[in-house]
Amino acid sequence: MIESPSGFWGPVVWIIAASVALLIAYFIQRRGEKAYKKGVQSETFLMGNPKLSEGETHIRAHNIYWGFFEGLKKYYVPTITAHTGIINDHLIWLIASVAIVIIILFVAGGI
Amino acid sequence: MTSKKARNSLVIVSLVFVAFLVFALARDIHLNGIHIYTLGAIAPDLALPGGAMVPIRIILEVDGMSIFMGIIWATVSLAAAIFSLSHMARETGQTRFYTLLLLMVAGCFGMILTGDLFNLFVFLEIASISGAALIAFRTRFADAVEGGFKYIVISAVAGLMFLFAVGLLYGQYNSLNIGYLANVMQYGTLDMIALTLFLISLTIKTGMVPLHMWYPDSYTVAPANITAMLVITSHACMYAVFRICFTLYGITLDATTVGWIIIIIGLLTMFVGVTMAVFQTDVMRFMSYHAISQMGYMWMGVGVGLAVLGNPEALATYGRDAISGGIFHILNHAMYKPLLFMTAGALFHRTGTRDLNKMGGLGHNMKFTLILYIIGTLSIAGIPPLNGFASKFLIYESVYQFNPVLAVVAMLVSIITLASFTKAFQSAFTGPQLPEYKDVKEVPKPMLIGMGILAAGIIFTSIFPGLIVERIVKPATDALINQAAYVNGIMGGMP
Amino acid sequence: MMEYIPLNFPFLAAALLVGISFYILIFKRNLIKLIMGIGMLASGVNLFLVALGYRAGGNAPIYTDVPEGPMVLPVPQALTLTSIVINVAVLALMLTMVILIYRHTGSLDSEKSRKMKG
Repeated sequence: MIESPSGFWGPVVWIIAASVALLIAYFIQRRGEKAYKKGVQSETFLMGNPKLSEGETHIRAHNIYWGFFEGLKKYYVPTITAHTGIINDHLIWLIASVAIVIIILFVAGGI
Repeated sequence: MTSKKARNSLVIVSLVFVAFLVFALARDIHLNGIHIYTLGAIAPDLALPGGAMVPIRIILEVDGMSIFMGIIWATVSLAAAIFSLSHMARETGQTRFYTLLLLMVAGCFGMILTGDLFNLFVFLEIASISGAALIAFRTRFADAVEGGFKYIVISAVAGLMFLFAVGLLYGQYNSLNIGYLANVMQYGTLDMIALTLFLISLTIKTGMVPLHMWYPDSYTVAPANITAMLVITSHACMYAVFRICFTLYGITLDATTVGWIIIIIGLLTMFVGVTMAVFQTDVMRFMSYHAISQMGYMWMGVGVGLAVLGNPEALATYGRDAISGGIFHILNHAMYKPLLFMTAGALFHRTGTRDLNKMGGLGHNMKFTLILYIIGTLSIAGIPPLNGFASKFLIYESVYQFNPVLAVVAMLVSIITLASFTKAFQSAFTGPQLPEYKDVKEVPKPMLIGMGILAAGIIFTSIFPGLIVERIVKPATDALINQAAYVNGIMGGMP
Repeated sequence: MMEYIPLNFPFLAAALLVGISFYILIFKRNLIKLIMGIGMLASGVNLFLVALGYRAGGNAPIYTDVPEGPMVLPVPQALTLTSIVINVAVLALMLTMVILIYRHTGSLDSEKSRKMKG
């Protein structure tokens, strides 16, 4: 159990509480629906559409979270163009950081 | 016994022996305090022979923080070496691979356990050279060689800037020993320039924003277990920053300014790292950006501790817990990040591609990899009861009292981390079983054993965080804050 | 003020070498020129280290048949030797990687030979 400035965290108690809750949920699930036929009611309901192959129904990685990227376009487009991959740009950032940090330390130390 | 088996067993036996020695040393330091070793003297702790006022010879000094990093490195290099027994089994030139791997282990240990600035530079360069050769090991891939080239150029420039700063300090105080320099340091103009050069050259080796752009390019194309070890090498460079800021300069430096610079770098790193990570479709590049973002947490935690170093009541209230949270996060990150990189390597080993757009439905075949990936995901996103939550909890609670904006950004970054890992989980593991991956089997046993060692560490740390914090993390925090104990270890109690 | 320049000439030369090498590292696109720039940076830092140890009118730090007077410091000379050896290894590794990059991509330009970005 670890202490922090305004609380504590004890994982053993959390695990016991969570397993009791999951046990209750399991017992509620076991009393379930009597008229359920396995296999019939879990097929995809296609409503007359053609059945596509597995490669076409699986959503690929570059399509997920499209709305998130469209909404944050103003932040993403400059950031992605800044990651050029040219080694000279990496060294420009290094030398610029040294200059900026020296200026900050001199100004703050002088004041 | 064939020569291949002899070589493999030599590597594994020597790494197990090193792990045993490190754990024995950790227990000894926990009981007896700081240990020093003088290279080439008659007795190991004869740092000041014949009544000299200045320590002579290269001195290795191990305190709580150094042995903390040593425990991490011993465990991860053992897991990575076991993983590489089958991951690299079809490559040619495996003897050279294992030679370079053991050289990198030695280089990083030297960086962690030394008490001398020039020795730090030499071992930093050893680790960089062997790391770059290991990244470019599979020379049949064009991007592997490019990643290795970027790594060695950045390491060479950073190492030379570090050497310049060491020269500046030597010219002023005529010594290279960290303990002695901490005693005589006066914070003048040249010392300010030396601090900047130290900070920036080690920052770019750690991979913090805005100096992080080489990091995904190099860590994507390496073999998966080498990336796991290189992440810990970046942690060792971060350890060198903390050693320089807390022990070498101590309270003489302008703690508020330098602390705020470190906090701002940590904040930027967390945010830019995770937003770039959501965008990626290459699984190893995705994990590299997450490694960058999690390092921001550690910097922010320790930066808050540095910013209140001159303020004793704030240090006692939340500064110590902020530093403890940052250091505990180093331990947790060093367990779940190599595990995640190795699951990505397992995916590459069986399917031959790193592109998430081409994968799908692999959870049907690779069940153990699926479970290990879920453990890693819950840990990195900070979901209770796993250990990621324990260290993030400490960081949130203490950083909030310094400035609430930092804690809010940290929680936001956690949420986006979980979102991006769910995206990768859906693309690679769930979904219908695709016809081209119908006969993909589970990965071989050595890879599972390597990943299992790290997963066992994660579960142990999740169930007993109090034990880990009391025995390992709190001594490391005290070792960082208590500069006088480090100096006394060398100077032998002289006033 | 003007009499400090011949006294500090090695340090000015080291600063000039480091400055020229920063110019090369930022503006030159050819990978071989980049490696030359890193070699020049190494030379500048090594010159700085050796110049730190000089004491005016000093002799070489060897005890056999030494004339009277002060000696120059030997520690920076040891540091410089170590640094030269490390830089030889680094430059050899970089040149090997440039050979392999040229074989794979057919170009030595740092913009045209990159395959990863973003």
